[in-house]
Amino acid sequence: MILLLQYTIIFASVLCLVALGGCFSEHSGVINLGLEGIMVMGALGGAVTMFLLPAGTSKIVIVLLTTLFAIIVGMIYSCLLGVACINFKADQTLIGTAMNLLATAAATVFVRAMNTSISPDNVSSSIQYIEPKKAFLKYIGSFEFNWFMVMAVILLIVAYVLLYKTKFGLRLMACGENPQAADSVGINVYKMRWAGVLISGFLGGLGGIVYITAGVSEWKFEMGVAGFGFLALAVMIFGQWKPTNIALAALLFGLFRALSNVYTGIPFLAAMNIPSTVYNMLPYIISLIVLAFTSKNSRAPKAEGIPYDKGMR
Amino acid sequence: MMKEKKSLMKNPSFQSILTSLICIVLGLLIGYIVLLLINPAGAGEAIKTILINFLSRTSGAAKMKALGNTLAKTAPLLMCALSICFCYKVGLFNIGAPGQYEAGACIGLYAALAWNLNWCLCLILAAVAGGIIGAISGVLKAYRNVNEVISGIMLNWIMLYLTNMVLSTKAVKDPASPYTIKLASGNPNAVIPSAGLNKLFANNTTVTIAIPLAILFAILIWVILSKTKFGYELRATGFNKEAAKYAGMKEKQNIIVTLAIGGALAGIGAAFLFLTGYQEWSTTQTSVPGMGFNGIAATFLGGLHPIGTIFASFFIQSITDGGALINKSVYPSQISDLISSLIIYLCGFVLFFKFAINNWIGRKDKGGPNVNAEPVKDGAAKSEGGEK
Repeated sequence: MILLLQYTIIFASVLCLVALGGCFSEHSGVINLGLEGIMVMGALGGAVTMFLLPAGTSKIVIVLLTTLFAIIVGMIYSCLLGVACINFKADQTLIGTAMNLLATAAATVFVRAMNTSISPDNVSSSIQYIEPKKAFLKYIGSFEFNWFMVMAVILLIVAYVLLYKTKFGLRLMACGENPQAADSVGINVYKMRWAGVLISGFLGGLGGIVYITAGVSEWKFEMGVAGFGFLALAVMIFGQWKPTNIALAALLFGLFRALSNVYTGIPFLAAMNIPSTVYNMLPYIISLIVLAFTSKNSRAPKAEGIPYDKGMR
Repeated sequence: MMKEKKSLMKNPSFQSILTSLICIVLGLLIGYIVLLLINPAGAGEAIKTILINFLSRTSGAAKMKALGNTLAKTAPLLMCALSICFCYKVGLFNIGAPGQYEAGACIGLYAALAWNLNWCLCLILAAVAGGIIGAISGVLKAYRNVNEVISGIMLNWIMLYLTNMVLSTKAVKDPASPYTIKLASGNPNAVIPSAGLNKLFANNTTVTIAIPLAILFAILIWVILSKTKFGYELRATGFNKEAAKYAGMKEKQNIIVTLAIGGALAGIGAAFLFLTGYQEWSTTQTSVPGMGFNGIAATFLGGLHPIGTIFASFFIQSITDGGALINKSVYPSQISDLISSLIIYLCGFVLFFKFAINNWIGRKDKGGPNVNAEPVKDGAAKSEGGEK
């Protein structure tokens, strides 16, 4: 049971972080379907940092640098979305999709090139980080505590305050609801949308590194992040674009994702003898059902997906 | 002479081709730079291999055989691209094509190996399976307001695991490997006939009538979309759902029908690959097959036109196969995935490119006062040459 709790919390942290990223981007008026790609890039940035840091580095430095580089790479990658969709008014669905494909391809090429340059026979696309990963963990009894869990809670609170209690957050949301009106009172819509996209890069990149360190100590970059970016979008829609609801939705989805990792250890689930593929499918099936029942009355930001054109009325 | 050139530049289909070429050139350029960064020594050779693919083989027969392989995989890619293209014309982004493709592979192979049906029935069943998955997305979109992109992605993963589960059963899976049983030994009747086409490609048995059939489908889709009332209604729904509803069209039904047709096309695509015996389904795969995603690249590169999609599919498949031929101990073969995803990204800028071209023509049209004053043809041509 403790194992189930542990996995639920860590997967919920990932979903919560990434969904909050999507939340900021959509409140500013940009649909971010590229979250999956941003996660891959953040994961790459973090994994490469862990891999390259020398063996004796102190734990706190490992934690800080890994997090920092995951965030930086995520933010840089989110610029691709910003440039195309804010400045060049490109189709947001198309760009998001392209970013997801590009991230997996680019990360695979990068990791394989890096592996081959270190040892010519190594053509694998995985990075190992068994030792540095331990810096993030602390055992409380048999519960494996991860510093990322704290980060997720802190960022959730920060996101709530930023969005509802500051001038910046209210202005950001105005740009997603009615950009023309926001512009007429002197808010720079382009700047606000850039801010939304960059924040989603920040949170998406962080979510990526949390995801790949959640259960395993090696990541094969050919796999991307297995649709987790899209699960996060489902969490965001289920959470009605509100940080508190998103956190609760993330816990629910995290639980279903965690089941596939630990069901063999839970006697009554193991006794039912359901094939493991069913558990693998579960989070996706649940999210489809949940979406079917919640999307009808969704409170999506009104202007999301529509490129802002100053001249348009 | 200049007038001809100008009217050519203004021609929308010429502009589409031009912008697609810009995307290809930029995509290849960035790919080349990446190759240079990895290892400058063989980068030129590698990008050349990716580009010319089958022509890099030594003998004539080997070239034809390799071309046959590329064509055999172009047919399923073209079907996936048509699926996405058809839906996009109706304003729907069918990113669920890989899931519909998986459904087609699942039922197509199961019907072939467990029920011993012939290829024609397997093909139809694959189309139906893909269509059902597409229709699920359609119903969710029309009645429950679920974005088709998100439901499509969820279904991609659900169908991947479901297909793995169904095709792992005893009747269809080879007990010694993670793959399904080879069609040639399991049920030769389910192999799509070649009708003598394989003779043209150095007896490459994977070259079947699937290739001409896929091209026929492209023409069919073009005719349906642009020449029939049905296609007109679908496109009207895509332009403005509310207006279509007001004009008496069943907009909800149109959405479902569109995604069902799109799904059927992707399902047939899977049959066109797995029923040729080109490869078997691996029941242990953990990622969604790339065929559907490459279809997105082919669709947009083809200028969202079914006929353009034929050429774009061949190009995308050709660079993908070319990527497998490069020196793998130095360069990762995913470099072609990188190039095709860059091309999709650049396709987002197509509107901007067209705007820039039209802007440029507009400036040319007005030109300087002395250009307008000169009626002489070669004088005008000269001024254009000077600008370049």
